[in-house]
Amino acid sequence: MSQMNRNPLVLGNKTMADVTDDICAPLERFPSKGWMSLFLSAKALFLFYIATIAMVISTGIGLLGVNHPVAWGTMIVTFVFWIGIGHAGTLISAILFLFRQKWRTSVARTAEAMTVFAVMTAGIFPLIHTGRPWLDFWLFPYPNQRGPLWVNFRSPLLWDVFAVSTYATVSTVFWFIGLIPDFATIKDRAQNKIRRTVYGALSLGWRGTAKNWSHYEMVYLVLAGLSTPLVLSVHTIVSFDFAVSNLPGWHTTIFPPYFVAGAIFSGFAMVITLMTMIRIGWPEFQNYITLDHMEVMNKIIMMTGMMVGYAYASEFLIAWYSGNEYERYVFMNRAMGPYAWSYWIMISCNVIIPQLFWFKKLRRSIPVMFVVSIFVNIGMWFERFVITVTSLHRDFLPSNWGQYAWSIYDTCILAGSFGMFLTIFLLYLRVFPAISIAEIKPVLHVGRDDKKGGH
Amino acid sequence: MAKRAIGGVAGIFLEEHVVLSAAAKVRDSGFVKFDAITPYPVHGMEEACGIKRSAIPYISFLAGCLGCSLALWMMYYMSVTDWPLNVGGKPLFSLPAFIPIMFELTVLFSALFSVGALFAACGMPKIDPPVIDKDLTSHKYAIFIPENDVGYNVDRIEKLLKELGAAEVKKVAEY
Repeated sequence: MSQMNRNPLVLGNKTMADVTDDICAPLERFPSKGWMSLFLSAKALFLFYIATIAMVISTGIGLLGVNHPVAWGTMIVTFVFWIGIGHAGTLISAILFLFRQKWRTSVARTAEAMTVFAVMTAGIFPLIHTGRPWLDFWLFPYPNQRGPLWVNFRSPLLWDVFAVSTYATVSTVFWFIGLIPDFATIKDRAQNKIRRTVYGALSLGWRGTAKNWSHYEMVYLVLAGLSTPLVLSVHTIVSFDFAVSNLPGWHTTIFPPYFVAGAIFSGFAMVITLMTMIRIGWPEFQNYITLDHMEVMNKIIMMTGMMVGYAYASEFLIAWYSGNEYERYVFMNRAMGPYAWSYWIMISCNVIIPQLFWFKKLRRSIPVMFVVSIFVNIGMWFERFVITVTSLHRDFLPSNWGQYAWSIYDTCILAGSFGMFLTIFLLYLRVFPAISIAEIKPVLHVGRDDKKGGH
Repeated sequence: MAKRAIGGVAGIFLEEHVVLSAAAKVRDSGFVKFDAITPYPVHGMEEACGIKRSAIPYISFLAGCLGCSLALWMMYYMSVTDWPLNVGGKPLFSLPAFIPIMFELTVLFSALFSVGALFAACGMPKIDPPVIDKDLTSHKYAIFIPENDVGYNVDRIEKLLKELGAAEVKKVAEY
């Protein structure tokens, strides 16, 4: 088959055995000092997070800045932030799979792990936000002795319960199905009995016969096909939490596509942040996660950043065009009111800074992309802050106006959530193969031999 | 599907294109129950081994239909039949508002049933499956012909696999 002359997806003329050795290496050696120090810091932050949550739950969420009229604060902002992070993982693993984008192979596993861990981190916030987390099982419709009194299926908040729990389940299953053949590989390489037993159990007895692969590939395709509309639905439903209300600033039809684009934007930024660190920590991965991969992701960041910028502009236009004075006021107040600083942080980080990626040199520079990705993460957190807080803080009557009373607990719970995410992520890097061994082999250039037609 | 452990002969191959053409030829030689073991899905192996297209998508579709109807039935039962409650003057059966949850449960059921079907089809989970060669999950390939296959004859098979380019042929007590 004639092909366009493209850069190889994997560098360094690897053989099949090299691929297995390279990807399994971080699992089979003693952790480096760098990993240990990162892990211990993350772990300390995670413990601090647990302590903060314990205080917030035992004392009450009054410790946080939520109050009248800003009743949605850090919890909702950070929930939407983390859920959004997850979306890039599903985009890479499912949507790019359906579009046959072979470059996704090197980053799919870790991006999907990021999805699963980000959704886990996100899920905690609405549970605490309910105020009485010990009654959170009330969110599900189960037969009870209060009537039975059922949940309200007309509420977007309930749709969110179903959307996020389905998303968490399906992403985890999709990720695990991808891991099964690799667990079998690690099991077969294992030098000691414990490792063999643990990975043998995780591989569920996978054997890799042609019949197994035939079913496996079909299920993988089905799961990718199911995850694609699922991921779009999840952030759509998250945006319904806002858009279905009648509040100026929230009640807009642009929210679903705007939220999905923003989610992919922030998620890719997080993928870049993590991948730059993985490339430093494990130099052997630089042949698999090449600068070409990073460049493609940076292009996506720039594109989705401009889509988000378009949404910001369009919201202003529609507010003006609506002729509704409350609607106009909310948007003018966002850009020029007491929270103007947060609005301009959002614009600078999300719209202006990613424009650096117009230059190929900057798009391919690891330090530049690392810094930009951090800015995008900050900007996207502020986007949700702007949407949530600025729409609430000026109620319809001036006597109902008030600021969000940001407290030290808000800071702690926001910072702590990174501790949780990073602890799980660092553990994942040590015990799971961070690149799909079985999926990367078919995209290798070896055996792609014109006469014999290897593939 | 190996329901019980069964012996046979396995040929180990080192190159992908060799095992692919070997599989086609083993099939041409009249074997029907043989299987190829590869570390990753090899393109064209299904055709070479004569494996039919997986039927799992039908299960996915039916499970999706089941999830969708169960969701609709659940919400109808809870909001209309069991405890009718007037929420903001909306109709008891407010179908547009039910659609998100119907969609989510469609996806959930379809995904979980597909994975269940995969496990059933592959005989998973299985504790400690027999391993022909430890490198078959890394960089080697194998063709395994079980002893209950038509025209099973150890010498003939060994000769055939060697001719087809197997680096090593071994008898396997159970697989």
